[in-house]
Amino acid sequence: MTPASTTASRQMLPVIPLAALFLAAFVLPLIALVAISLFRTPQFAELSLAQYLRFFSDPFSIKVLTDTVWLGTEVALATLILAYPLALVYAASGQLMRTLITFLIMLPLLTSTVVRTFAWIVLLGRDGIINTTMLSLGLWQTPARLLYTWEGMVLALTQIQLPLMALPVINSLLRLDGNLTRAAEGLGASRARIFITIILPLTLPGAIAGWLLVFAAAATAFITQTLVGGGRIILMPSYIYQQAVGVQDWPFSAALSLIFTLAVTGIVFAVGALSRRYVRGVDAA
Amino acid sequence: MQRSLIDRVYSGIIGAITGFGMLLLLAPTLVVLIISFTGGITLKFPPPSWSLRWYVELLQSQDIIEPALTSLKVAAAATILSALLGGAAALGLARSRLKIARVLDALFMSPMVLPAMAFGLSLLLVFNLLGVRLSAATLVLGHTIICVPFVIRMVSASVQQLNPVLITCSLSLGASRWYTFRRITLPLIRRGMVASCFVAFLTSFDNVPVSLFLADARTEVLPIKLWAILEGSLDVRVAAVSGVIVLLTLAGLVCAEIFGGVSRQIGSR
Repeated sequence: MTPASTTASRQMLPVIPLAALFLAAFVLPLIALVAISLFRTPQFAELSLAQYLRFFSDPFSIKVLTDTVWLGTEVALATLILAYPLALVYAASGQLMRTLITFLIMLPLLTSTVVRTFAWIVLLGRDGIINTTMLSLGLWQTPARLLYTWEGMVLALTQIQLPLMALPVINSLLRLDGNLTRAAEGLGASRARIFITIILPLTLPGAIAGWLLVFAAAATAFITQTLVGGGRIILMPSYIYQQAVGVQDWPFSAALSLIFTLAVTGIVFAVGALSRRYVRGVDAA
Repeated sequence: MQRSLIDRVYSGIIGAITGFGMLLLLAPTLVVLIISFTGGITLKFPPPSWSLRWYVELLQSQDIIEPALTSLKVAAAATILSALLGGAAALGLARSRLKIARVLDALFMSPMVLPAMAFGLSLLLVFNLLGVRLSAATLVLGHTIICVPFVIRMVSASVQQLNPVLITCSLSLGASRWYTFRRITLPLIRRGMVASCFVAFLTSFDNVPVSLFLADARTEVLPIKLWAILEGSLDVRVAAVSGVIVLLTLAGLVCAEIFGGVSRQIGSR
């Protein structure tokens, strides 16, 4: 070994303990997950692709997967619509307002998931604030069912994941060259036009980064899905849990986990790769 | 300059959505704090009367205090382990130009991309195959893995900002490697370390998907206990627990802000 490569290797010494841990407690389990998903029966008899065939020939399973992907997409879109105005106001305001917005964004990020989800149970419940307000204003005659519905779940997840979208959008908006918008303004463009032709295209990298984060987080949000969505909405995380812990069908739950993982990471990488190709400066995924 | 109608409509829409967004961000936390002081026995909002009865009740609820202590211990252990192992690895990786460094970096970051449920299940399967009984230790192991990406990312960012000349100077002036690490490197990456410990602790304390699979009957953790309570009934004690968690998190944030400027670290990640 040359002296240079010895130093380079010596630098890697502190990495060894973590690398060993990851090999034993991360890589090995994933290999086991793949191996177990290839057994035909829960008693680990006969290797085959039976579990995957079972999934893809079952309309219920397919619907669970597409519903989960759709949920992630809907929540990501909703956070996108909320994040841009928030970012525009942030960029245009002074220190005090910026601190306030930062605090508001950090608040849900730092409160525990169960607490955030619990808050939505309080808000959406029969005696919750939304129902009591609407009833007392006379807008609704009877309390509406908000908890244990798809819409309630999307609303709750939108609030819970909004910080993941707002932070990258704000960051990319702050990096935008102010001369561009000022030039457009000076040439008489309306604010809406400036937004659509200048701000939106140039901050798309941040939006895509946020989209990927929110999509993955919303699709995998087991707690919020089960508590706000309720038992009648079955999505991939609760399906995996039910098959693994309830039914104890490990080959099938292993296959479900892998299909879900591949679907989520596949979409994340595909969107990341596509946008890297067509949008300049995307550094997502 | 006179603003056209279209500009005013645009500003109005932006302002309205921003207002709604800010309300949406604040409302849930505020509502939880308010409802935790209810004197009633339901989650009716606004509360019919005010009292501290649910906090008093909480003090007597061994079935919630027990899991809370378990969660604190597990989170502390996972934070220490991931900070030590992850911090050391980040120091090694950040300056290395070897190809394997980039591969390992990607490996250490991948628990963030992998759905936590899949990881929890896979670790459970391995423990089962090897005949390892579930315990607090298996739980700590799982939590450590999911905390590592935060440590790697935040500490690497600090190391990259560190001027290597400082290390060279210290060494050439006769300081030992350990002295240099203790007096030069460590103080300069302190911010990254504090911020990553804070985030790692919250990540572990808050984790459900991994704990669902890796906790045995005796090591019940707080989020799972609360989840189980809420699946069965809408227990107002959860509001009091939430109140305590929110206040402790805010206190923790203030401490981490003083020692490490944590908001800047999180904001820039």
